[in-house]
Amino acid sequence: MSIISEKITPADQLVSLFKQSIETLNQGSSPILNRMREVSIKRFAQTGIPDFRSEDYKYTNLKPAFEKNYRHELVRETGLINLNEVFKSNIPQLDSTLVFLVNGWFYSGNNPGAELPKGVVLGGLEQIANDRPELLENYMNRQAGLSNDPFVALNTAFAKDGFFLFVPKGVLIEKPVQVINLLSSDENLMATQRNLIIAEAGSQVKIVVCDVTLSASSILYNTVSEIFAGEDALVDVYTIQNLNNLSTSINSAFCRQQRNSNLVTGIVSLHGGLIRNNLKVTFNGEHAEANVNGISFTDKKQHVDNNTLIEHSSPNCLSNQIYKNILDDESTGAFAGRIHVARDAQQTNAFQRNNNVLLSDKARMQTKPQLIIDADDVKCSHGATVGQINEEALFFLRARGIGEKDARMMLMNAFAHEVILKINLEPLRDRIDELIEKRLNGEISRFHEQLSE
Amino acid sequence: MLSIKNLRASVEGKEILKGINLEVKAGEVHAIMGPNGSGKSTLANILAGKAEYEILEGEVTFLGQDLLELSPEVRSRSGIFLSFQYPVEIPGVPMVNFLKASVNEHRKFKGLAPLTAGEFLKLLRAKKEMLHLDTELTNRSVNEGFSGGEKKKNEIFQMAMLEPKLAILDETDSGLDIDALRIVAEGVNALKTPENATILVTHYQRLLDYIVPDFVHVLYKGKIVLSGGKELALELEEKGYDWIKNGNE
Ligand SMILES: Nc1ncnc2c1ncn2[C@@H]1O[C@H](COP(=O)(O)OP(=O)(O)OP(=O)(O)O)[C@@H](O)[C@H]1O
Ligand SMILES: [Mg+2]
Repeated sequence: MSIISEKITPADQLVSLFKQSIETLNQGSSPILNRMREVSIKRFAQTGIPDFRSEDYKYTNLKPAFEKNYRHELVRETGLINLNEVFKSNIPQLDSTLVFLVNGWFYSGNNPGAELPKGVVLGGLEQIANDRPELLENYMNRQAGLSNDPFVALNTAFAKDGFFLFVPKGVLIEKPVQVINLLSSDENLMATQRNLIIAEAGSQVKIVVCDVTLSASSILYNTVSEIFAGEDALVDVYTIQNLNNLSTSINSAFCRQQRNSNLVTGIVSLHGGLIRNNLKVTFNGEHAEANVNGISFTDKKQHVDNNTLIEHSSPNCLSNQIYKNILDDESTGAFAGRIHVARDAQQTNAFQRNNNVLLSDKARMQTKPQLIIDADDVKCSHGATVGQINEEALFFLRARGIGEKDARMMLMNAFAHEVILKINLEPLRDRIDELIEKRLNGEISRFHEQLSE
Repeated sequence: MLSIKNLRASVEGKEILKGINLEVKAGEVHAIMGPNGSGKSTLANILAGKAEYEILEGEVTFLGQDLLELSPEVRSRSGIFLSFQYPVEIPGVPMVNFLKASVNEHRKFKGLAPLTAGEFLKLLRAKKEMLHLDTELTNRSVNEGFSGGEKKKNEIFQMAMLEPKLAILDETDSGLDIDALRIVAEGVNALKTPENATILVTHYQRLLDYIVPDFVHVLYKGKIVLSGGKELALELEEKGYDWIKNGNE
């Protein structure tokens, strides 16, 4: 069923859509999800769509994106996707467990996860919430529910499905899990997706997420993930965003780490009209470590905004952040990185860096680090740079016979390299290097352009 | 091979080169000496094609071509090599990738097929041995964390890989210990043929003991004020630049 919305104010319109469709939303959906809906839509209604007056959305204006008319898939629709086409989106060299979602809905057709170790539960959130509610009970919305972000509230109100993964205590998943989020629609579409990843004590898992639009329409993709890393757990989550220029992605991730756990995230924003990524990490035990990184490439009028918050609530934890942006044409970028060290979180190590390269005079970057330190025995640092390509290095390469275009490409790859090196999966690193090359030589833009012909 | 006529150039509105004349023929070695700030690196950079300088007057031909019209990459592919006074560190660009791109661009320019991985490694190994280059250095990013001497050796290593027609070595001897200096000089001499030429920019006679110049020029305040044979370098070493300065005023 599709509902074409009418033009009132975008927030009111979403609230009334919610009221009209509450039965549809609740239908077939677990009480675990349904019980959060009413309170969340109220929360959303209170704030509405934030504008530049909101501190958190000062540099990213989502109003125009919400003013478009969207179709909503409030129930699962089938037969939309040609799977042969779709398998091409996966990372060929990566031996992985392949999982597909289409417009936020889990696809079970390829029976993903059949070969995973015993006790691992991988599936669609809708189904698992119905079949195994006990797995979700202590986790669902436990972190996201604390957020004041209106888009997270909107997501919670509408979410019906998404990716679910439970890795039981001590279990090691060797093959990475590759989650391919396909976005495709003839008309404009607002897609909502809700993911939940639970890695119990001592478990290990690496997840590679690829968001990709396969149509030329405008898609507003609102996705929320909650990630729980138990004691000693090792969790890696790498995300590649590849959306067309008309699309908007609001991607919020909430990570909670128990004692001694280790989290690595990397977000590669390859292409997309407007991308806003929120990442929150909370240390809920000592000696936990988080390495969170990101690299973005923007051109034309694209915009990428990364917002991070590291909550050092426990002593003796380490966080490291490196975010980089390469901006061309009239594109814009923002980075706001907040580190909060609580009063008792002594011996905290928290480092943050944001480096940016502007390739054109018209590109703009806003960077705002913020350290709030309430403990006294801590090591924290942050730094930000906005610069041009290193002319001296460019001349050096050209003086050795390398053409200007290739030399620039080499230097941009080199700039990105530091972030790519943080990825603990060699085939993925290689693939991302290739993707970056394709991004910089225009192939990825052409892929999206062809879909609109 | 190289002919510089009345070259005047400025940077940021300040005239640095005030009428340089220089003829370099195949097989020759020219040394350019002169006090700090006299314009030696400026001349070298202009020959390599650095854009920040404004050419006010004069012409430069290289193998019959108007050099000043060519991009830095085409100059390089045509056979000009500048060993930088201060080689730049480029973190994230692996030496091997850089060298391979460089060598293959030169080959393409000559109409040759790119080297296979095997051929490239063979060439790399041979040149590394010739210059006693630490194998580990080629596994790193370009010049990243290299010592001053290692950077200079790395420049000559690149020269050996590219076998230029005209090598311009801008103070390649500075910062080298005695062993390294000998190795570098042996490398330069080994690459010397009757078809190529070398311009050495240096402050020290020491290098010229190893690489014997056919001509020595003294650059002072943007002009070549004195030219002579290899004895001139000795004389300069003895008397210092004051001799030039006083003689000039
Ligand atoms: N990019 C620049 N901007 C401003 N001034 C410059 C620039 N490049 C060179 N100069 C000036 O031009 C003059 C000549 O510099 P150059 O580097 O050519 O000297 P040099 O003879 O190589 O000296 P040294 O022996 O110290 O290497 C100096 O006064 C220097 O400050
Ligand atoms: Mg100099």
